[in-house]
Amino acid sequence: MPLPTSTLLGFMADNLEKRNSVMPLSSHRMTQWAAGLDLPQGGESILYTGHMYQMIPALEYVEQMTSRFEDHWMGKLFPVGRVLNKYFNLSWFLSRVRREEQRRYDEYLRNIVRLLRTAGVGEFGYLYGEELYTGALVHDLGLDDVFEEHVHKVYKILVKHGVKRVITVDPHTTDMLRNVYPKIIPEYGLEVKSYLQVLRELDQKPTSRLESDIVMHDSCVYARYLDTVEEPRGLLEKAGATILEPEQSGKLTFCCGGPVESLFPGKAREIAGRRIEQLAAAGRDVVTMCPICLLNLRNAAKGNGTSVRDISGYLMKAYGGLEVSSGDIVEED
Amino acid sequence: MARVNSEFIDEIRQSDSFDASACMHCGQCTAICPMGLDLLPRRLFFYVGAGLEDKVIENRETIFSCLLCKLCEENCPRGVNIADDVRFLRNYINRKVHKLARN
Ligand code: SF4
Ligand code: SF4
Repeated sequence: MPLPTSTLLGFMADNLEKRNSVMPLSSHRMTQWAAGLDLPQGGESILYTGHMYQMIPALEYVEQMTSRFEDHWMGKLFPVGRVLNKYFNLSWFLSRVRREEQRRYDEYLRNIVRLLRTAGVGEFGYLYGEELYTGALVHDLGLDDVFEEHVHKVYKILVKHGVKRVITVDPHTTDMLRNVYPKIIPEYGLEVKSYLQVLRELDQKPTSRLESDIVMHDSCVYARYLDTVEEPRGLLEKAGATILEPEQSGKLTFCCGGPVESLFPGKAREIAGRRIEQLAAAGRDVVTMCPICLLNLRNAAKGNGTSVRDISGYLMKAYGGLEVSSGDIVEED
Repeated sequence: MARVNSEFIDEIRQSDSFDASACMHCGQCTAICPMGLDLLPRRLFFYVGAGLEDKVIENRETIFSCLLCKLCEENCPRGVNIADDVRFLRNYINRKVHKLARN
């Protein structure tokens, strides 16, 4: 039995409306990555995480649960869950997420801050607990009225803090803040760039060389919604890496399956499996630049000898300068 | 027998974003789609154009299976905004079938 679509959609709409996120986790969980980095609260330029990296460990846990439900009589319990969810925050059961996993995803964000600082981007802040999820998934699922209400909430907060420039860390948040929000808010005048674009423009000299052959997995959203194809290649090649292109790459990249994960986990796994085959045929070290691609491809790669890593680790190794001494450069799986 | 629904046609005509009428049914999108969605977008756009609401709703699993990956758009000779059109249909189904409208 497929998962009950309308119930799951209802879940997400309820959560965004009442708890400002599709994956309501504690504010501590969303902001703890920034501890000790001394990022000012707000400011004209800010880093906007959109909660995507922080959400992945919890998402992974939920996916394991729902893919078990998909072919299971327990799937029928979902309607009950939706009613309960209105009154209780079901995220309590997400507290089981493994701490090491959360730390790993937090570390990607910390690396991005270090990279931007080393490249000399100038001062930028962070909204901490006031930062909200952009609503990307709810937008994609066509839950327009809940989404639009949410966009106004997010925009109000950005205005309150006098934000003019936003640096994003993932493609989905970038597309929302750069392309979708201005369609809903006519006076929206924010400049939105991904950290890859910012780093590429600053054109910093690498501080150490990457002697690696790296298979590039372009995210659909970066490649086809945001025209970000050259930036990751340019940054890695400048540091000496050789980019290996899979059968479908750049503008013709093949999806990781992530976008249908919430409703059809089985279909998502099938797409991820086909993509990892294409990538593995090109080489064994795969790089991604979207947390959703990372999660899906990493799961699909289990046991096939390929390793899938986030680009921030490679960039940290190449451009991180003195801070490279920490043991978290390119994490080992 | 599929029902032709005039309210459905009106709503689609009124939308300035839904541009599936530009589709010339060449099949390029279907050939390249990772999901192998033979229905999406070609046949579906035909149903929409013909105002067959029942057919569109019958195929709602397909509509929600689209990855919005836009690979099809790279190949579309008519520059149809396929992903946006799919989102438009999702919104229609959410309101009319899933009863998820807030207002
Ligand atoms: S956007 Fe949808 S219809 Fe187009 S190629 Fe991707 S999955 Fe297929
Ligand atoms: S590629 Fe474009 S014109 Fe051809 S069938 Fe698909 S949507 Fe229609």
